Amino acid sequence: MLRFFPAFTLILMIGPVCAGLIGTMLPAFGYLPALGGDGISIDPWRDLLRQPGLAISVRLSLVNGLVATLISFSLVMLFCAAWQGTRIFAVMQRLLSPILSVPHAAAAFGLAFLIAPSGWIVRAVAPFAGWDRPPDIVTLHDPMGIALIAGLVAKEIPFLLLMTLAALPQADADRTRQVVLTFGYGRVVGWLKAVLPRIYPQIRLPVLAVLAYSTSVVDVAMILGPTTPAPLAVRILGWLSDPDLSHRFLASAGAMLQLILVLMAIVIWRGGEKLAGFWGRVWAEGGMRGRRDGTLRRFAAGAAILSAGAVFLGLASLMVWSFAGYWSFPEFLPRSFSLRLWMREYDMLGAILWTTLVIAVLSVMVAIALVLGCLENETRRFQKPGQGAMLLIYLPLLMPQISFMFGLQVFFTGIGLERTLISVAIVHLIFVLPYVFLSLADPFRALDPRYGQTALCLGASPARVFWRVRLPLLTRAVLTACAVGLAVSVGQYLPTLLIGAGRFATVTTEAVALASGGDRRMIGIYGLLQMILPFAGFALALLIPAVVFRQRRGMADHNRV
Amino acid sequence: MSRTLNPDSTTSSGLELRRVSIRLNGRGLVDIDIGIKPGEIVTLMGPSGSGKSSLLAHICGTLPSGRAAGFEVGGQVVLNGMSLDGLAPQDRHVGILFQDDLLFPHLSVGGNLAFALPSTIRGRDERRQRIDEALESAGLGGFTDRDPATLSGGQRARVALMRVLLSEPDALLLDEPFSKLDTELRDQIRTFVFDQARLRGLPTLMVTHDPEDGAAAGGRIVNPV
Amino acid sequence: MRVFLAGLSIVAGLATAAVAIPAKADPAPDIGNWQSVLDQARGQTVYWHAWGGEPRINDYIAWAGAQVQERYGINVVQVKLSDTADAVAKVLSEKTAGVDDGGAVDMIWLNGENFAAMKRNDLLFGPWAEQTPNFAYVDVEGKPTVINDFTIPTMGLEAPWGMAQVSFYYDTARLDSVPRSAQELLEWLVKHPGRFTYPQPPNYMGSTFLKQILTELVENPKVLQQPANQADAEKVLAPLWGYLEDLQPLLWRNGQAYPQNGASLRTMMADNEIDIAFSFSSGEVSSAIEAMELPDTVRSYVFDNGTLGNTNFVAIPYNASAKAGAVVLADFLMSPEAQLRKQDPQYWGADTVLAMDKLPADMQKAFADLDLGIASLSPSERGTVLPEPHPSWMELVETEWQKRYGVAQ
Repeated sequence: MLRFFPAFTLILMIGPVCAGLIGTMLPAFGYLPALGGDGISIDPWRDLLRQPGLAISVRLSLVNGLVATLISFSLVMLFCAAWQGTRIFAVMQRLLSPILSVPHAAAAFGLAFLIAPSGWIVRAVAPFAGWDRPPDIVTLHDPMGIALIAGLVAKEIPFLLLMTLAALPQADADRTRQVVLTFGYGRVVGWLKAVLPRIYPQIRLPVLAVLAYSTSVVDVAMILGPTTPAPLAVRILGWLSDPDLSHRFLASAGAMLQLILVLMAIVIWRGGEKLAGFWGRVWAEGGMRGRRDGTLRRFAAGAAILSAGAVFLGLASLMVWSFAGYWSFPEFLPRSFSLRLWMREYDMLGAILWTTLVIAVLSVMVAIALVLGCLENETRRFQKPGQGAMLLIYLPLLMPQISFMFGLQVFFTGIGLERTLISVAIVHLIFVLPYVFLSLADPFRALDPRYGQTALCLGASPARVFWRVRLPLLTRAVLTACAVGLAVSVGQYLPTLLIGAGRFATVTTEAVALASGGDRRMIGIYGLLQMILPFAGFALALLIPAVVFRQRRGMADHNRV
Repeated sequence: MSRTLNPDSTTSSGLELRRVSIRLNGRGLVDIDIGIKPGEIVTLMGPSGSGKSSLLAHICGTLPSGRAAGFEVGGQVVLNGMSLDGLAPQDRHVGILFQDDLLFPHLSVGGNLAFALPSTIRGRDERRQRIDEALESAGLGGFTDRDPATLSGGQRARVALMRVLLSEPDALLLDEPFSKLDTELRDQIRTFVFDQARLRGLPTLMVTHDPEDGAAAGGRIVNPV
Repeated sequence: MRVFLAGLSIVAGLATAAVAIPAKADPAPDIGNWQSVLDQARGQTVYWHAWGGEPRINDYIAWAGAQVQERYGINVVQVKLSDTADAVAKVLSEKTAGVDDGGAVDMIWLNGENFAAMKRNDLLFGPWAEQTPNFAYVDVEGKPTVINDFTIPTMGLEAPWGMAQVSFYYDTARLDSVPRSAQELLEWLVKHPGRFTYPQPPNYMGSTFLKQILTELVENPKVLQQPANQADAEKVLAPLWGYLEDLQPLLWRNGQAYPQNGASLRTMMADNEIDIAFSFSSGEVSSAIEAMELPDTVRSYVFDNGTLGNTNFVAIPYNASAKAGAVVLADFLMSPEAQLRKQDPQYWGADTVLAMDKLPADMQKAFADLDLGIASLSPSERGTVLPEPHPSWMELVETEWQKRYGVAQ
């Protein structure tokens, strides 16, 4: 029975995604009968190429995606190299983990308020500079997209760190590091030369997921990114929302172009990997010890603190806004505070949180069951899934949502599976499952296989071994994967809105609707509300194993990540 | 319990490795033909990477099968007259002890032992009694509810052995079980393990590269190939 | 491989089975017989897709829902949108999937281009609006836009809900005098560069600003009421581009960046980034003051030669599952009681579509006595209402704007 899990998982994921792709590809070539498009033509592409500033939009998406990923990746690697195994590392890790529960949009809003010319940082300086008007400079929505890159990096660092930490045990990082130190290498250089090459294959997929996301992000780009012109994904959304319905063909062509961009970004990154591999080998064999790495280490710590600090400050600003009365420039704090808006939202809150929770729990439970089934099947049959199968499972991570949402909507409407809780949960599952797999795969595979062998030889059936030995040992990893899945589900906007046909009001659908009203107070309130459930998830992932296994010191190793 | 006794052979004929061969990706790892009598301890010595652990895994049934793993096996493993081919590890009644005690960290000492106790022993009191007796006989009376991580290396090794023995195996495999213990303990634990094996008449196959282990076992010393 | 194919066939089977199952049918209500409409509506649930960015409006909609539940037994659920286009997309995808009945969207709050698009693509149910009882109170004579949505005749496919008129606002604590025409705006900006901007077209408010300027500067305003004619278009639009050439370097951020929607103009005024902003409803400004988004020294005003005005509507998709319920709800929204509460800045502050002289005496008095709010313009202060141009003009303007200013130089 377990044998069918991988195939079943694939079908569940790929069926809808393929349908979604087809549903977007057809209008891209002119076929959409509902709008009078009855034949195949390349007019939508001609239209697309005529759009002003298209080349800049494309360049923005590609370059910003690559740069943001490169920076986050480098900072995380540098940070691990500089501080892994120290107490500071544990502290920083604990500092960065809660950021995982902050939705991208909320973090972006917070950052936007921080760096705006009329924002918090400027307000802090204003009294001393004597400004009573904000300086007319461009920090937010800057044409190069630096603000956008900053926003992306701040959220990606904790995610990549989590993935790296999961990969470290498998690469025997601790002992490698110690051995390399005895050769006289500095911490940073030694780690980069010896440990990085071993863990990179494990974290390649999360890095590519980050790359795909950065290249095709919409909400963060709208909040922080350039507007004249905007990156491609934002423009696609604009075309999709255009009242002139014939723009849908244009939007579909754009969505296909977006997909091509993501593929190009991945190809470029892989090329970069090869290059880095070549130069890395030369460097590693060169023997340079790099002993004096104090500055580098301080820089790494500083960068990590800065990125975490920016997010926390941004969140703090959201919190202040949620209680603020009238708050103008150059006031550093609001003139008056008020609970009015919180009180008004209070009544609806219960129902909204409940709906969000139910959908999230449903999709996460199914995802965990499927992932555990696939991983257990892998262990029992001694076969790792092929590259092809893994690519299919991670496909939803690598493809821009906007490239298949419309087709997905038509597919679900067509099979009559919309407006129900089940359908929303299934759509969420498509996005939740890859992240759950990503989180759980490494810890599962890193488990000492001899535990399982010993248990089998003691006479326990494979099922007993799974439930009584492997699963308890993986408690924290499973709970963390659940928390990650929960965060992903809570943050879904388009799927809930389109497939749920508006029947299901989650914290995120409300947040986005209210954000369009521009009031920072509402944005603050809902940004904070969006964090409640994921935060609870991560907190439970920390607390439950600590409590359940408080008498078992041997579990501390398994509880660490 | 899928064990059926062959009436034609003696019920305890021991562990027989009839021309067992293991090849990994075409390279010959193991080629052995030997019979181990009940209570006899045979030592397998050879350089590292020579497939000793693979042989033990094959006997217990945990050698990775399938083309991807690259193992090709030949010959037959027979335990007390019954062929083990095709049997799942949990049905073979072959116990194994590794270098690391591999006590389950999430269970107490008693919990670890209870895990091994066959389900045919019913009743909480009956089971508890068996566990307590086993711990007493190992000099660990009163340790039932202890956290394994709080035990010393030697204590853990003894619990690991008692765990294997409680599962009522018909053969015992030892994969360098003493190499992580310090010298003073090693002799003590070694004696304990061998005594128990002889007492219960278990055919025992030990893999080691420490010649002292072989000498202490007092049995035949063979090479895997 | 085999399992994969098996699974694929299962999914395909499900798909065909589901399509074969008919969607819940909802027969069209017989508008002529109002009682039958009420009977059909009782017990229905109306999913009303409406922009949800303004909590006060959401509260008003909740109130309307409660009233309709009490009086007619209809359950109203507001589906909060960040963009009306999402609802249009839903109906479109249903039409694509062949779901011609039992659709997910029962009513949409929309106007202008969204309405034009839905009408053109046969996505609307109707006609129904003009046969509802409360339509009798609507000010068809005095407010022609209630049956002409951006010059497109509504033909009873949508019911008028509220009036909107462009008005500008500023902080009296910061400015003493304000420009009252396009030309004066330009002159004012020369003295105060960077203190004004407009949302980036094709955003609704941004396009509205361009339309306002165009209407003021064009030689013959009647031309704009006709569909755009490619031949003359260049000549007609020339004054607009000339104006924008002069305007652009004087804008906020030198016109290199633009805000993305009308709501952000409010935030920017509070942040002291700009001094003059505009919106579609002076009542909205009063509401913002009450919500503490703007200081209480902010006031609204209009240009001397008039500003654009339009109506916003509610429409019913062709495949709605609760058509009767939606019709009754729309009718209630046009009732004097609902329109009174809507105009009250305590609750919303948007202008009514009703004609005062068609109302019973007590309602007339209630309207007259209404305290319109600190920054709202009373009817006498509103000045001339200029009609919206034909949508085809806007398409031309937006496309050309993208080419000229959509990419920062």
